[in-house]
Amino acid sequence: MSCENLLEVQNLCQYFPVTKGTFKRKIGDVKAVDHVSLAVRKGETLGIVGESGCGKTTMGRCIVRLNKPTGGHICFRGEDGELQDIFKLNKQDSFRLRKKIQIVFQDPYASLNPAKNIFTAFDEPLKLHGVSSREKRYAIASGMMETVNLSPRYLERYPHEFSGGQRQRICIAKALAMNPELIVCDEPVSALDVSIQAQIMNLMRRLQKEYNLTYLFIAHDLSVVKYMSDRIAVMYLGKIVELAESTEIVENCEHPYTKALMSAVPIPKLGAKKEKILLTGDVPSPLNPPSGCRFHPRCSQCMEICREKEPELREISGRPGHYCACHLVGHTE
Amino acid sequence: MNKDYILEIENLVTEFTVGKRIVHAVNGVNLKVERSKTLGIVGESGCGKSVTAHSVLQLLPPNGRIVSGEIRFTPESGGETQVLSAYKKTSEKMRSIRGKDISMIFQDPMTSLNPAYTIGNQIMENLRNHEKISRADAKERIIKLLEELGIPAAAQRFNEYPHQFSGGMKQRVMIAIALVCNPNILIADEPTTALDVTIQAQILSLMKEIQKKHGTTLMLITHNMGIVAEVCDNVAVMYMGRVVEFGTVEQIFENPQHPYTKALMQSVPQLDLSRDVELASIPGSTPDASIHFDHCEFAPRCARACARCMEGFPEDMEVEPGHIVRCKLMEEGNVDEL
Repeated sequence: MSCENLLEVQNLCQYFPVTKGTFKRKIGDVKAVDHVSLAVRKGETLGIVGESGCGKTTMGRCIVRLNKPTGGHICFRGEDGELQDIFKLNKQDSFRLRKKIQIVFQDPYASLNPAKNIFTAFDEPLKLHGVSSREKRYAIASGMMETVNLSPRYLERYPHEFSGGQRQRICIAKALAMNPELIVCDEPVSALDVSIQAQIMNLMRRLQKEYNLTYLFIAHDLSVVKYMSDRIAVMYLGKIVELAESTEIVENCEHPYTKALMSAVPIPKLGAKKEKILLTGDVPSPLNPPSGCRFHPRCSQCMEICREKEPELREISGRPGHYCACHLVGHTE
Repeated sequence: MNKDYILEIENLVTEFTVGKRIVHAVNGVNLKVERSKTLGIVGESGCGKSVTAHSVLQLLPPNGRIVSGEIRFTPESGGETQVLSAYKKTSEKMRSIRGKDISMIFQDPMTSLNPAYTIGNQIMENLRNHEKISRADAKERIIKLLEELGIPAAAQRFNEYPHQFSGGMKQRVMIAIALVCNPNILIADEPTTALDVTIQAQILSLMKEIQKKHGTTLMLITHNMGIVAEVCDNVAVMYMGRVVEFGTVEQIFENPQHPYTKALMQSVPQLDLSRDVELASIPGSTPDASIHFDHCEFAPRCARACARCMEGFPEDMEVEPGHIVRCKLMEEGNVDEL
């Protein structure tokens, strides 16, 4: 199974130190991502859902090397077919690898330079990665604009002349121009209107087929993630609490947090008013997470063991591919 | 006229002057809000749903003004009707209504509270503006209200500042400010957009509870069709400053007639949607609000547009009792059956 993994994340930790006073004395860590392991298979979409502050964006940023993780390994399958730890590569290999992992950010208004025209956004990375002739770079950029249904004439324009949906198309085209294998999509549709959201999601799915892309799709909207992903990982306070095929997650989720999250999604259908599981309280601060299972203070089925021992993410017995971190669930030994 | 309407908006036109351009944010909106019911206003950004609500309270910025139209408010069932649009926005009368008879919750609880005052102070400000009540009595009443709204240790939190509250708790404080004078109408402008889903569910169930208890009329502005289906009794769908479809929640969800409403419903991904199905999307994007149309605004993006759609505006048509659609297709009798 593991031979087809494009990306493997092992025990990834990202702590942000919290300092106090004139001498920046360290008083603690915000454990944004705490010992997360997962694997992304080639050609699939792995969705990551969770509430704000659960560490999903931080994890995405670590994978594209925008953050340097505190601990753990991120391994990516390079051209030679070997899994390599991306933080142990030499400078040259690491530079080449960056082409293969691209990112699309949440806010299309903030991710394009307002003072430079659209072509510049394509031009710079292409130039850096060795496409030396300007004509060739222009041809690549125009080709990419056409794939996302925008006119190549727009390359001369500036970001303010585009709507949010168009800008997000440009950002996708920009990521695609490097011919990547993995695209980390960090909430790519949450800043857009519903009708535009559907356009972008359809586009992304079309491109995935055409270019054989692998997506790591980060979002907070469960119905969007469900529609886009093959598998879904649910995160809570820096940990993955459940991971399974997307239909399995929606139909047979086991973790109490996933259940509550699922029932909280408003359904645009009449008579769908199912019983809601209302969680009490808020997400605790990641600076001082609860002992044992991090969900226990809000969990309705909290047991003694939940307060003391942290559950591990393990496969549920009889359900291959369905992982859950909860003491209530029977695991395969 | 057998239904009891607390608020009626007729032909409301609100425009903004931006530089030399005039932007028609609201372009002839007709709305009727039933007493003690929930009206949902849905639409994409820029469709004028927030401006409609702000016009009711005359909370427009200096470059915005109500050009024409009438807003009628009947606080008591069968009682006297006040014409809100006739009052000046700074008038004593308008100020006494704002925050007392009609109050509002804004989208972003993080920015709508003053960080320099305790939350108790901010709730008390609204209460003491409208009622003659001593500070001690006011405090007692506010603490009771905060407890009712699910804020633990209310007496202690009364003296805390907004930064000590989480997003969901701040939104509860906003609701407390809006509810402290027992308003007849509560306008909630995207009350849960800035919140997480689990917190959103808490706030929505809280608002439903309040409505049941006090009989408050709720006007809920949102872009989330799911929230509408779960909370609202009546729905108005807006596009480019006009109400394109109005009806009960059953009519809108089970028998939508306007092509825009239909497209909007189909473009929302649902949990039970198979991955093999391609989402229906509306081509193009919402036009600039400063463009002046002389025909149906949705026609350029509409899949069912015909030559007639480009000739003049469609009229409001009542396709079934209480279900109003603004589309040329309806005028020709092309009502889709269930």
